[in-house]
Amino acid sequence: MSPRDAARIAYLILIYGFLYLPILVLIVYSFNDSKYSLEWQGMTWTWYQNLFDDPDLLQVALNSALVATLSATVATMIGTMAAVALYRYAFFGKSLLQGLIFVLMMTPDIVMGIALLILFASLRLPLGFWTLLLAHITFNIPFVVVTVFSRISGFDRHLIEAAKDLGATEFQTVRCVILPLLVPAVGAGWLLSFTLSMDDVIVSFFVTGPTFEILPLKIYSMVRLGVTPEINALCTIMLGATLMLILIAQLLLREKS
Amino acid sequence: MKGDLWFQRVSVGTVWFWLAVFALVPNVMVVAASLLERGDREFVRFALSLESYQRLLDPLYLRVLWNSFYLAALSTLMCLAMGYPFAYLLARVPRRYSRLLLLLVIIPFWTSSLVRTYAMVIILQTNGWLNQILLDLGLIAEPLELLYTEPAVIAGMLYALLPFMILPLYAALEKLDRRLIEAARDLGAGRVTIFRRIILPLTLPGIVAGCMLTFLPGLGMFYVADLLGGARTLLVGNLIRDQFLSARDWPFGAAASVMLTVLMGLLLWAYYLSSRRASRGALP
Repeated sequence: MSPRDAARIAYLILIYGFLYLPILVLIVYSFNDSKYSLEWQGMTWTWYQNLFDDPDLLQVALNSALVATLSATVATMIGTMAAVALYRYAFFGKSLLQGLIFVLMMTPDIVMGIALLILFASLRLPLGFWTLLLAHITFNIPFVVVTVFSRISGFDRHLIEAAKDLGATEFQTVRCVILPLLVPAVGAGWLLSFTLSMDDVIVSFFVTGPTFEILPLKIYSMVRLGVTPEINALCTIMLGATLMLILIAQLLLREKS
Repeated sequence: MKGDLWFQRVSVGTVWFWLAVFALVPNVMVVAASLLERGDREFVRFALSLESYQRLLDPLYLRVLWNSFYLAALSTLMCLAMGYPFAYLLARVPRRYSRLLLLLVIIPFWTSSLVRTYAMVIILQTNGWLNQILLDLGLIAEPLELLYTEPAVIAGMLYALLPFMILPLYAALEKLDRRLIEAARDLGAGRVTIFRRIILPLTLPGIVAGCMLTFLPGLGMFYVADLLGGARTLLVGNLIRDQFLSARDWPFGAAASVMLTVLMGLLLWAYYLSSRRASRGALP
Protein backbone atom coordinates (compact mmCIF):
# COMPACT_ATOMS: atom_id res chain seq x y z
CA MET A 1 0.00 0.00 0.00
CA SER A 2 1.42 3.33 -1.04
CA PRO A 3 1.48 6.29 1.38
CA ARG A 4 -1.17 7.93 -0.80
CA ASP A 5 -3.52 4.96 -0.35
CA ALA A 6 -2.87 5.03 3.37
CA ALA A 7 -3.79 8.71 3.48
CA ARG A 8 -6.98 7.99 1.56
CA ILE A 9 -8.02 5.24 3.92
CA ALA A 10 -7.16 7.42 6.91
CA TYR A 11 -9.42 10.17 5.54
CA LEU A 12 -12.32 7.78 5.02
CA ILE A 13 -11.90 6.47 8.56
CA LEU A 14 -11.76 10.01 9.93
CA ILE A 15 -15.09 10.99 8.34
CA TYR A 16 -16.78 7.73 9.33
CA GLY A 17 -15.44 8.34 12.84
CA PHE A 18 -17.00 11.80 12.86
CA LEU A 19 -20.33 10.38 11.65
CA TYR A 20 -20.47 7.50 14.10
CA LEU A 21 -18.51 8.43 17.22
CA PRO A 22 -21.16 10.66 18.84
CA ILE A 23 -23.84 8.04 18.20
CA LEU A 24 -21.68 5.30 19.68
CA VAL A 25 -20.90 7.39 22.75
CA LEU A 26 -24.63 7.98 23.21
CA ILE A 27 -25.37 4.26 22.96
CA VAL A 28 -22.60 3.28 25.37
CA TYR A 29 -23.73 5.79 27.99
CA SER A 30 -27.30 4.57 27.81
CA PHE A 31 -26.00 1.40 29.48
CA ASN A 32 -23.72 3.10 32.00
CA ASP A 33 -24.65 2.47 35.62
CA SER A 34 -24.12 6.05 36.78
CA LYS A 35 -26.49 8.97 36.66
CA TYR A 36 -23.95 11.79 36.42
CA SER A 37 -20.44 10.50 35.96
CA LEU A 38 -18.87 9.69 32.64
CA GLU A 39 -16.71 7.00 34.16
CA TRP A 40 -17.82 3.55 33.16
CA GLN A 41 -19.54 2.11 36.23
CA GLY A 42 -20.73 -1.12 34.71
CA MET A 43 -23.63 -2.26 32.61
CA THR A 44 -27.22 -1.57 33.57
CA TRP A 45 -30.73 -1.77 32.13
CA THR A 46 -32.06 0.72 34.71
CA TRP A 47 -32.65 3.57 32.26
CA TYR A 48 -34.52 1.33 29.85
CA GLN A 49 -36.52 -0.03 32.79
CA ASN A 50 -37.46 3.52 33.77
CA LEU A 51 -38.70 4.23 30.26
CA PHE A 52 -40.94 1.21 30.21
CA ASP A 53 -42.31 2.06 33.64
CA ASP A 54 -43.49 5.45 32.42
CA PRO A 55 -47.07 5.09 31.12
CA ASP A 56 -47.10 8.60 29.60
CA LEU A 57 -44.03 7.87 27.56
CA LEU A 58 -45.49 4.60 26.30
CA GLN A 59 -48.60 6.48 25.18
CA VAL A 60 -46.44 9.01 23.33
CA ALA A 61 -44.49 6.21 21.65
CA LEU A 62 -47.76 4.56 20.60
CA ASN A 63 -48.98 7.90 19.19
CA SER A 64 -45.82 8.16 17.11
CA ALA A 65 -46.10 4.59 15.87
CA LEU A 66 -49.77 5.11 14.96
CA VAL A 67 -49.14 8.27 12.95
CA ALA A 68 -46.09 6.73 11.27
CA THR A 69 -47.99 3.58 10.29
CA LEU A 70 -51.04 5.38 8.94
CA SER A 71 -49.15 8.15 7.18
CA ALA A 72 -46.69 5.72 5.60
CA THR A 73 -49.56 3.57 4.36
CA VAL A 74 -51.60 6.38 2.83
CA ALA A 75 -48.49 8.08 1.40
CA THR A 76 -47.38 4.79 -0.12
CA MET A 77 -50.74 4.33 -1.84
CA ILE A 78 -50.85 7.87 -3.22
CA GLY A 79 -47.13 7.94 -4.03
CA THR A 80 -47.26 4.63 -5.88
CA MET A 81 -50.26 5.79 -7.90
CA ALA A 82 -48.37 8.96 -8.72
CA ALA A 83 -45.29 7.04 -9.85
CA VAL A 84 -47.35 4.67 -12.02
CA ALA A 85 -49.32 7.58 -13.52
CA LEU A 86 -46.14 9.55 -14.26
CA TYR A 87 -44.69 6.49 -15.96
CA ARG A 88 -47.74 5.31 -17.89
CA TYR A 89 -49.83 8.29 -18.86
CA ALA A 90 -49.66 11.61 -20.58
CA PHE A 91 -52.07 13.95 -18.83
CA PHE A 92 -52.83 17.59 -18.30
CA GLY A 93 -50.23 19.33 -16.15
CA LYS A 94 -47.89 16.35 -15.97
CA SER A 95 -44.66 18.31 -15.93
CA LEU A 96 -46.15 20.72 -13.41
CA LEU A 97 -46.99 17.77 -11.17
CA GLN A 98 -43.45 16.42 -11.50
CA GLY A 99 -42.07 19.83 -10.64
CA LEU A 100 -44.39 20.13 -7.66
CA ILE A 101 -43.26 16.77 -6.27
CA PHE A 102 -39.61 17.75 -6.67
CA VAL A 103 -40.11 21.14 -5.03
CA LEU A 104 -42.10 19.55 -2.22
CA MET A 105 -39.16 17.24 -1.48
CA MET A 106 -36.70 20.13 -1.44
CA THR A 107 -38.89 22.47 0.64
CA PRO A 108 -37.31 23.24 4.01
CA ASP A 109 -39.30 21.60 6.81
CA ILE A 110 -39.95 24.89 8.52
CA VAL A 111 -41.57 26.38 5.41
CA MET A 112 -43.81 23.33 5.03
CA GLY A 113 -44.63 23.39 8.74
CA ILE A 114 -45.93 26.93 8.82
CA ALA A 115 -47.67 26.60 5.44
CA LEU A 116 -49.69 23.67 6.80
CA LEU A 117 -50.27 25.48 10.09
CA ILE A 118 -51.77 28.43 8.21
CA LEU A 119 -53.93 26.05 6.14
CA PHE A 120 -55.23 24.19 9.21
CA ALA A 121 -55.80 27.42 11.13
CA SER A 122 -57.86 28.95 8.34
CA LEU A 123 -59.90 25.74 8.02
CA ARG A 124 -60.33 25.95 11.81
CA LEU A 125 -59.12 22.40 12.25
CA PRO A 126 -58.02 21.80 15.86
CA LEU A 127 -54.32 20.84 15.94
CA GLY A 128 -53.80 17.23 16.97
CA PHE A 129 -53.93 13.74 15.54
CA TRP A 130 -55.67 14.53 12.24
CA THR A 131 -53.64 17.59 11.31
CA LEU A 132 -50.45 15.72 12.17
CA LEU A 133 -51.50 12.77 10.03
CA LEU A 134 -52.34 14.96 7.03
CA ALA A 135 -48.99 16.76 7.32
CA HIS A 136 -46.99 13.53 7.58
CA ILE A 137 -48.75 12.00 4.57
CA THR A 138 -47.88 15.13 2.60
CA PHE A 139 -44.14 15.16 3.31
CA ASN A 140 -43.90 11.39 2.81
CA ILE A 141 -45.47 11.32 -0.66
CA PRO A 142 -42.48 12.66 -2.66
CA PHE A 143 -40.11 10.14 -1.11
CA VAL A 144 -42.39 7.27 -2.11
CA VAL A 145 -42.77 8.66 -5.63
CA VAL A 146 -38.99 8.89 -6.06
CA THR A 147 -38.31 5.42 -4.63
CA VAL A 148 -41.01 3.72 -6.72
CA PHE A 149 -40.37 5.73 -9.88
CA SER A 150 -36.67 4.84 -9.93
CA ARG A 151 -37.64 1.15 -9.95
CA ILE A 152 -40.46 1.51 -12.47
CA SER A 153 -38.33 3.34 -15.03
CA GLY A 154 -36.02 0.31 -15.24
CA PHE A 155 -38.96 -1.87 -16.35
CA ASP A 156 -39.22 -4.03 -19.42
CA ARG A 157 -42.02 -2.35 -21.38
CA HIS A 158 -42.70 -5.58 -23.30
CA LEU A 159 -44.28 -7.09 -20.19
CA ILE A 160 -46.88 -4.37 -20.14
CA GLU A 161 -47.47 -4.59 -23.88
CA ALA A 162 -47.87 -8.36 -23.59
CA ALA A 163 -50.50 -7.94 -20.88
CA LYS A 164 -52.38 -5.46 -23.07
CA ASP A 165 -52.18 -7.80 -26.11
CA LEU A 166 -53.64 -10.58 -24.01
CA GLY A 167 -56.63 -8.38 -23.29
CA ALA A 168 -55.89 -7.09 -19.81
CA THR A 169 -57.63 -3.87 -18.83
CA GLU A 170 -55.52 -1.01 -17.53
CA PHE A 171 -56.43 -1.81 -13.93
CA GLN A 172 -55.63 -5.51 -14.43
CA THR A 173 -52.29 -4.60 -15.98
CA VAL A 174 -51.40 -2.41 -13.02
CA ARG A 175 -52.64 -4.92 -10.45
CA CYS A 176 -51.30 -8.15 -11.97
CA VAL A 177 -48.16 -7.03 -13.81
CA ILE A 178 -46.83 -3.69 -12.60
CA LEU A 179 -47.59 -3.91 -8.87
CA PRO A 180 -46.06 -7.36 -8.27
CA LEU A 181 -42.85 -6.19 -9.92
CA LEU A 182 -42.95 -3.04 -7.80
CA VAL A 183 -43.47 -4.76 -4.44
CA PRO A 184 -39.87 -4.33 -3.22
CA ALA A 185 -39.76 -0.64 -4.11
CA VAL A 186 -43.22 -0.04 -2.62
CA GLY A 187 -42.10 -1.81 0.56
CA ALA A 188 -38.94 0.26 0.71
CA GLY A 189 -40.97 3.44 0.15
CA TRP A 190 -43.25 2.49 3.04
CA LEU A 191 -40.31 1.83 5.38
CA LEU A 192 -38.60 5.10 4.48
CA SER A 193 -41.85 7.00 5.02
CA PHE A 194 -42.30 5.32 8.38
CA THR A 195 -38.78 6.39 9.38
CA LEU A 196 -39.29 9.97 8.21
CA SER A 197 -42.54 10.17 10.10
CA MET A 198 -41.07 8.71 13.32
CA ASP A 199 -38.16 11.17 13.21
CA ASP A 200 -39.79 14.40 12.10
CA VAL A 201 -39.44 17.32 14.51
CA ILE A 202 -39.94 20.57 12.64
CA VAL A 203 -43.16 20.01 10.68
CA SER A 204 -44.76 18.19 13.62
CA PHE A 205 -43.78 21.01 15.94
CA PHE A 206 -46.17 23.34 14.12
CA VAL A 207 -49.06 21.04 13.30
CA THR A 208 -49.75 19.11 16.48
CA GLY A 209 -51.27 20.36 19.70
CA PRO A 210 -50.86 19.52 23.38
CA THR A 211 -53.56 16.84 23.09
CA PHE A 212 -51.44 14.65 20.88
CA GLU A 213 -47.78 14.34 21.75
CA ILE A 214 -45.26 12.34 19.73
CA LEU A 215 -41.78 10.99 20.50
CA PRO A 216 -39.46 13.47 18.75
CA LEU A 217 -41.26 16.43 20.32
CA LYS A 218 -41.21 14.69 23.70
CA ILE A 219 -37.47 14.11 23.34
CA TYR A 220 -37.01 17.73 22.31
CA SER A 221 -38.78 19.05 25.39
CA MET A 222 -36.93 16.56 27.64
CA VAL A 223 -33.53 17.55 26.26
CA ARG A 224 -34.26 21.23 26.80
CA LEU A 225 -34.60 20.48 30.51
CA GLY A 226 -31.26 18.70 30.63
CA VAL A 227 -29.42 15.53 29.72
CA THR A 228 -30.51 12.38 31.53
CA PRO A 229 -29.59 8.72 31.09
CA GLU A 230 -33.24 8.03 30.26
CA ILE A 231 -32.99 10.24 27.18
CA ASN A 232 -29.86 8.34 26.18
CA ALA A 233 -31.83 5.11 26.42
CA LEU A 234 -34.80 6.53 24.49
CA CYS A 235 -32.54 7.88 21.73
CA THR A 236 -30.75 4.54 21.54
CA ILE A 237 -34.08 2.77 21.01
CA MET A 238 -34.96 5.27 18.26
CA LEU A 239 -31.58 4.70 16.62
CA GLY A 240 -32.00 0.94 16.77
CA ALA A 241 -35.46 1.09 15.23
CA THR A 242 -34.31 3.39 12.41
CA LEU A 243 -31.29 1.20 11.72
CA MET A 244 -33.48 -1.88 11.39
CA LEU A 245 -35.96 -0.20 9.03
CA ILE A 246 -33.19 1.24 6.85
CA LEU A 247 -31.45 -2.11 6.56
CA ILE A 248 -34.68 -3.83 5.46
CA ALA A 249 -35.43 -1.01 2.99
CA GLN A 250 -31.94 -1.30 1.52
CA LEU A 251 -32.29 -5.07 1.17
CA LEU A 252 -35.60 -4.61 -0.65
CA LEU A 253 -34.15 -2.04 -3.01
CA ARG A 254 -31.10 -4.14 -3.75
CA GLU A 255 -32.87 -7.43 -4.48
CA LYS A 256 -33.30 -7.20 -8.24
CA SER A 257 -31.11 -4.32 -9.26
CA MET B 1 -60.52 0.24 -24.22
CA LYS B 2 -62.52 3.40 -23.41
CA GLY B 3 -63.85 2.10 -20.09
CA ASP B 4 -60.23 1.63 -19.14
CA LEU B 5 -59.64 5.24 -18.38
CA TRP B 6 -61.15 5.14 -14.90
CA PHE B 7 -57.94 3.90 -13.27
CA GLN B 8 -55.91 6.62 -14.90
CA ARG B 9 -58.47 9.25 -13.86
CA VAL B 10 -58.63 8.05 -10.26
CA SER B 11 -54.87 7.93 -9.79
CA VAL B 12 -54.06 11.22 -11.49
CA GLY B 13 -57.01 12.87 -9.76
CA THR B 14 -56.05 11.69 -6.28
CA VAL B 15 -52.45 12.80 -6.62
CA TRP B 16 -53.39 16.19 -8.04
CA PHE B 17 -56.02 16.71 -5.37
CA TRP B 18 -53.65 15.93 -2.52
CA LEU B 19 -50.77 18.04 -3.74
CA ALA B 20 -53.04 20.95 -4.64
CA VAL B 21 -54.73 21.01 -1.24
CA PHE B 22 -51.72 20.29 0.96
CA ALA B 23 -48.81 21.74 -1.02
CA LEU B 24 -49.97 24.36 -3.51
CA VAL B 25 -52.75 26.08 -1.56
CA PRO B 26 -50.83 26.31 1.76
CA ASN B 27 -47.88 27.98 0.06
CA VAL B 28 -50.12 30.48 -1.66
CA MET B 29 -51.67 31.17 1.74
CA VAL B 30 -48.23 31.83 3.25
CA VAL B 31 -47.54 34.45 0.59
CA ALA B 32 -50.98 35.95 1.21
CA ALA B 33 -50.48 35.99 4.99
CA SER B 34 -47.14 37.72 4.59
CA LEU B 35 -48.91 40.58 2.81
CA LEU B 36 -51.52 41.10 5.53
CA GLU B 37 -51.45 42.97 8.81
CA ARG B 38 -51.11 41.48 12.21
CA GLY B 39 -54.48 41.06 13.89
CA ASP B 40 -55.48 41.53 17.51
CA ARG B 41 -58.00 38.78 17.96
CA GLU B 42 -57.47 36.75 14.80
CA PHE B 43 -53.96 35.94 13.67
CA VAL B 44 -54.17 38.22 10.67
CA ARG B 45 -56.21 41.27 9.72
CA PHE B 46 -57.36 41.53 6.15
CA ALA B 47 -55.57 44.68 5.13
CA LEU B 48 -52.84 44.69 2.54
CA SER B 49 -49.47 45.81 3.83
CA LEU B 50 -45.78 45.39 3.14
CA GLU B 51 -44.97 46.09 6.76
CA SER B 52 -43.74 42.56 7.44
CA TYR B 53 -41.18 42.77 4.68
CA GLN B 54 -40.07 46.18 5.88
CA ARG B 55 -39.55 44.76 9.35
CA LEU B 56 -37.23 42.11 7.92
CA LEU B 57 -34.94 45.03 7.09
CA ASP B 58 -35.03 46.32 10.65
CA PRO B 59 -31.40 46.20 11.99
CA LEU B 60 -32.51 43.95 14.85
CA TYR B 61 -33.83 41.28 12.48
CA LEU B 62 -31.25 41.95 9.83
CA ARG B 63 -28.65 40.87 12.35
CA VAL B 64 -30.48 37.59 12.99
CA LEU B 65 -30.78 36.99 9.24
CA TRP B 66 -27.15 37.80 8.63
CA ASN B 67 -26.02 35.63 11.54
CA SER B 68 -28.17 32.76 10.32
CA PHE B 69 -26.90 33.04 6.75
CA TYR B 70 -23.37 33.15 8.04
CA LEU B 71 -23.79 30.04 10.21
CA ALA B 72 -25.63 28.07 7.52
CA ALA B 73 -23.22 29.12 4.75
CA LEU B 74 -20.18 28.32 6.87
CA SER B 75 -21.52 24.87 7.76
CA THR B 76 -22.44 24.27 4.12
CA LEU B 77 -18.94 25.17 2.95
CA MET B 78 -17.38 23.00 5.65
CA CYS B 79 -19.68 20.12 4.66
CA LEU B 80 -18.56 20.60 1.05
CA ALA B 81 -14.87 20.76 1.97
CA MET B 82 -15.16 17.61 4.09
CA GLY B 83 -17.67 15.82 1.90
CA TYR B 84 -16.24 16.29 -1.58
CA PRO B 85 -12.94 14.41 -1.07
CA PHE B 86 -14.85 11.83 0.93
CA ALA B 87 -17.44 11.26 -1.82
CA TYR B 88 -14.66 11.21 -4.41
CA LEU B 89 -12.83 8.45 -2.55
CA LEU B 90 -16.06 6.60 -1.87
CA ALA B 91 -16.90 6.55 -5.58
CA ARG B 92 -13.54 4.88 -6.27
CA VAL B 93 -13.57 2.21 -3.59
CA PRO B 94 -13.38 -1.37 -4.99
CA ARG B 95 -16.87 -2.80 -5.62
CA ARG B 96 -16.54 -5.36 -2.86
CA TYR B 97 -16.56 -2.67 -0.18
CA SER B 98 -18.51 0.10 -1.85
CA ARG B 99 -21.98 -1.19 -0.92
CA LEU B 100 -21.18 -1.47 2.76
CA LEU B 101 -19.40 1.88 2.85
CA LEU B 102 -22.29 3.59 1.06
CA LEU B 103 -24.75 2.01 3.48
CA LEU B 104 -22.72 3.51 6.33
CA VAL B 105 -23.48 6.96 4.88
CA ILE B 106 -27.14 6.19 4.18
CA ILE B 107 -27.79 5.18 7.79
CA PRO B 108 -27.00 8.60 9.33
CA PHE B 109 -28.84 10.21 6.37
CA TRP B 110 -32.08 8.62 7.53
CA THR B 111 -31.41 8.80 11.26
CA SER B 112 -33.24 11.44 13.28
CA SER B 113 -31.20 14.63 13.25
CA LEU B 114 -32.65 15.53 16.64
CA VAL B 115 -31.15 12.36 18.10
CA ARG B 116 -27.86 13.11 16.39
CA THR B 117 -27.91 16.69 17.66
CA TYR B 118 -28.49 15.32 21.13
CA ALA B 119 -25.48 13.02 20.69
CA MET B 120 -23.45 16.15 19.95
CA VAL B 121 -24.68 17.68 23.22
CA ILE B 122 -23.35 14.65 25.08
CA ILE B 123 -19.98 15.00 23.39
CA LEU B 124 -19.67 18.74 24.00
CA GLN B 125 -21.16 19.33 27.44
CA THR B 126 -18.86 20.64 30.15
CA ASN B 127 -18.63 17.32 31.94
CA GLY B 128 -18.86 15.59 28.58
CA TRP B 129 -16.86 13.18 26.56
CA LEU B 130 -14.59 15.57 24.64
CA ASN B 131 -13.57 17.50 27.76
CA GLN B 132 -12.87 14.23 29.54
CA ILE B 133 -10.56 13.09 26.74
CA LEU B 134 -8.74 16.43 26.63
CA LEU B 135 -8.32 16.38 30.41
CA ASP B 136 -7.05 12.80 30.39
CA LEU B 137 -4.55 13.66 27.69
CA GLY B 138 -3.38 16.59 29.79
CA LEU B 139 -4.06 19.06 26.98
CA ILE B 140 -6.23 21.24 29.19
CA ALA B 141 -6.18 21.85 32.94
CA GLU B 142 -9.90 22.40 33.45
CA PRO B 143 -13.00 21.64 31.36
CA LEU B 144 -13.75 24.05 28.53
CA GLU B 145 -17.14 25.69 28.09
CA LEU B 146 -17.91 24.13 24.72
CA LEU B 147 -21.68 24.06 24.81
CA TYR B 148 -23.82 27.16 24.09
CA THR B 149 -21.22 28.72 21.84
CA GLU B 150 -21.29 29.49 18.14
CA PRO B 151 -18.70 26.81 17.30
CA ALA B 152 -20.95 24.28 19.05
CA VAL B 153 -23.84 25.28 16.77
CA ILE B 154 -21.59 24.95 13.73
CA ALA B 155 -20.36 21.56 14.90
CA GLY B 156 -23.96 20.45 15.40
CA MET B 157 -25.05 21.66 11.97
CA LEU B 158 -22.03 20.03 10.39
CA TYR B 159 -22.83 16.79 12.12
CA ALA B 160 -26.52 16.87 11.27
CA LEU B 161 -26.06 17.93 7.65
CA LEU B 162 -22.93 16.17 6.39
CA PRO B 163 -24.78 13.08 5.05
CA PHE B 164 -27.10 15.38 3.04
CA MET B 165 -24.02 16.81 1.32
CA ILE B 166 -22.24 13.49 0.76
CA LEU B 167 -25.05 11.58 -0.94
CA PRO B 168 -25.73 13.97 -3.87
CA LEU B 169 -21.97 14.43 -4.34
CA TYR B 170 -21.49 10.68 -4.40
CA ALA B 171 -24.30 10.27 -6.95
CA ALA B 172 -22.63 12.84 -9.22
CA LEU B 173 -19.09 11.48 -8.79
CA GLU B 174 -20.17 7.90 -9.29
CA LYS B 175 -21.71 8.75 -12.68
CA LEU B 176 -18.53 10.51 -13.80
CA ASP B 177 -17.08 8.82 -16.88
CA ARG B 178 -13.50 7.89 -15.99
CA ARG B 179 -12.57 7.73 -19.67
CA LEU B 180 -12.90 11.49 -19.87
CA ILE B 181 -10.24 11.86 -17.22
CA GLU B 182 -7.97 9.36 -18.96
CA ALA B 183 -8.45 11.15 -22.27
CA ALA B 184 -7.54 14.47 -20.67
CA ARG B 185 -4.47 12.92 -19.10
CA ASP B 186 -3.41 11.45 -22.43
CA LEU B 187 -3.76 14.87 -23.96
CA GLY B 188 -1.35 16.22 -21.38
CA ALA B 189 -3.65 17.89 -18.84
CA GLY B 190 -2.32 18.23 -15.31
CA ARG B 191 -4.23 17.25 -12.14
CA VAL B 192 -5.45 20.77 -11.50
CA THR B 193 -6.63 21.24 -15.07
CA ILE B 194 -8.43 17.90 -15.03
CA PHE B 195 -10.20 18.82 -11.83
CA ARG B 196 -11.05 22.35 -12.91
CA ARG B 197 -12.07 21.64 -16.49
CA ILE B 198 -13.63 18.17 -16.25
CA ILE B 199 -14.45 16.87 -12.79
CA LEU B 200 -15.76 20.13 -11.34
CA PRO B 201 -18.13 21.12 -14.19
CA LEU B 202 -19.52 17.59 -14.47
CA THR B 203 -20.17 17.26 -10.74
CA LEU B 204 -21.49 20.81 -10.36
CA PRO B 205 -25.15 19.66 -10.27
CA GLY B 206 -24.24 17.37 -7.36
CA ILE B 207 -22.48 20.24 -5.61
CA VAL B 208 -25.46 22.56 -6.05
CA ALA B 209 -27.89 19.84 -4.91
CA GLY B 210 -25.74 19.10 -1.86
CA CYS B 211 -25.50 22.79 -0.97
CA MET B 212 -29.26 23.16 -1.33
CA LEU B 213 -29.90 20.16 0.94
CA THR B 214 -27.56 21.53 3.63
CA PHE B 215 -27.95 25.30 3.38
CA LEU B 216 -31.77 25.51 3.47
CA PRO B 217 -32.28 23.10 6.39
CA GLY B 218 -29.30 24.82 8.03
CA LEU B 219 -31.30 28.04 8.12
CA GLY B 220 -34.33 26.33 9.58
CA MET B 221 -33.12 23.77 12.14
CA PHE B 222 -34.16 25.66 15.24
CA TYR B 223 -33.51 22.76 17.59
CA VAL B 224 -29.81 22.73 16.75
CA ALA B 225 -29.55 26.39 17.78
CA ASP B 226 -31.67 25.72 20.88
CA LEU B 227 -29.81 22.68 22.15
CA LEU B 228 -26.26 23.68 21.24
CA GLY B 229 -26.43 27.46 21.13
CA GLY B 230 -28.52 28.20 24.19
CA ALA B 231 -31.50 30.50 24.34
CA ARG B 232 -30.37 33.22 21.92
CA THR B 233 -32.23 33.58 18.64
CA LEU B 234 -29.61 32.45 16.17
CA LEU B 235 -31.32 31.15 13.10
CA VAL B 236 -34.13 32.20 10.79
CA GLY B 237 -35.78 29.00 11.97
CA ASN B 238 -35.90 30.25 15.57
CA LEU B 239 -37.19 33.61 14.39
CA ILE B 240 -40.01 32.04 12.37
CA ARG B 241 -40.92 29.65 15.15
CA ASP B 242 -41.09 32.45 17.72
CA GLN B 243 -43.41 34.50 15.48
CA PHE B 244 -45.86 31.62 15.31
CA LEU B 245 -45.49 30.44 18.88
CA SER B 246 -44.86 33.28 21.26
CA ALA B 247 -44.88 36.62 19.42
CA ARG B 248 -48.03 35.69 17.50
CA ASP B 249 -47.02 37.80 14.54
CA TRP B 250 -48.01 35.48 11.74
CA PRO B 251 -47.55 37.91 8.82
CA PHE B 252 -43.97 38.55 9.91
CA GLY B 253 -43.23 34.84 10.30
CA ALA B 254 -44.81 34.21 6.90
CA ALA B 255 -42.65 36.93 5.32
CA ALA B 256 -39.48 35.30 6.71
CA SER B 257 -40.68 31.98 5.33
CA VAL B 258 -41.39 33.49 1.89
CA MET B 259 -37.79 34.69 1.94
CA LEU B 260 -36.61 31.09 2.48
CA THR B 261 -38.85 29.93 -0.37
CA VAL B 262 -37.40 32.55 -2.71
CA LEU B 263 -33.93 31.38 -1.73
CA MET B 264 -34.95 27.82 -2.52
CA GLY B 265 -36.20 29.00 -5.91
CA LEU B 266 -32.84 30.60 -6.68
CA LEU B 267 -30.96 27.45 -5.69
CA LEU B 268 -33.29 25.26 -7.77
CA TRP B 269 -32.66 27.55 -10.71
CA ALA B 270 -28.89 27.24 -10.19
CA TYR B 271 -29.33 23.47 -10.06
CA TYR B 272 -31.30 23.49 -13.32
CA LEU B 273 -28.67 25.62 -15.06
CA SER B 274 -25.73 23.56 -13.83
CA SER B 275 -27.30 20.22 -14.72
CA ARG B 276 -28.23 21.47 -18.17
CA ARG B 277 -24.64 22.56 -18.70
CA ALA B 278 -23.22 19.33 -17.32
CA SER B 279 -25.40 17.13 -19.53
CA ARG B 280 -24.49 19.18 -22.58
CA GLY B 281 -20.80 18.90 -21.69
CA ALA B 282 -21.04 15.14 -21.27
CA LEU B 283 -22.28 14.52 -24.77
CA PRO B 284 -19.70 12.74 -26.93
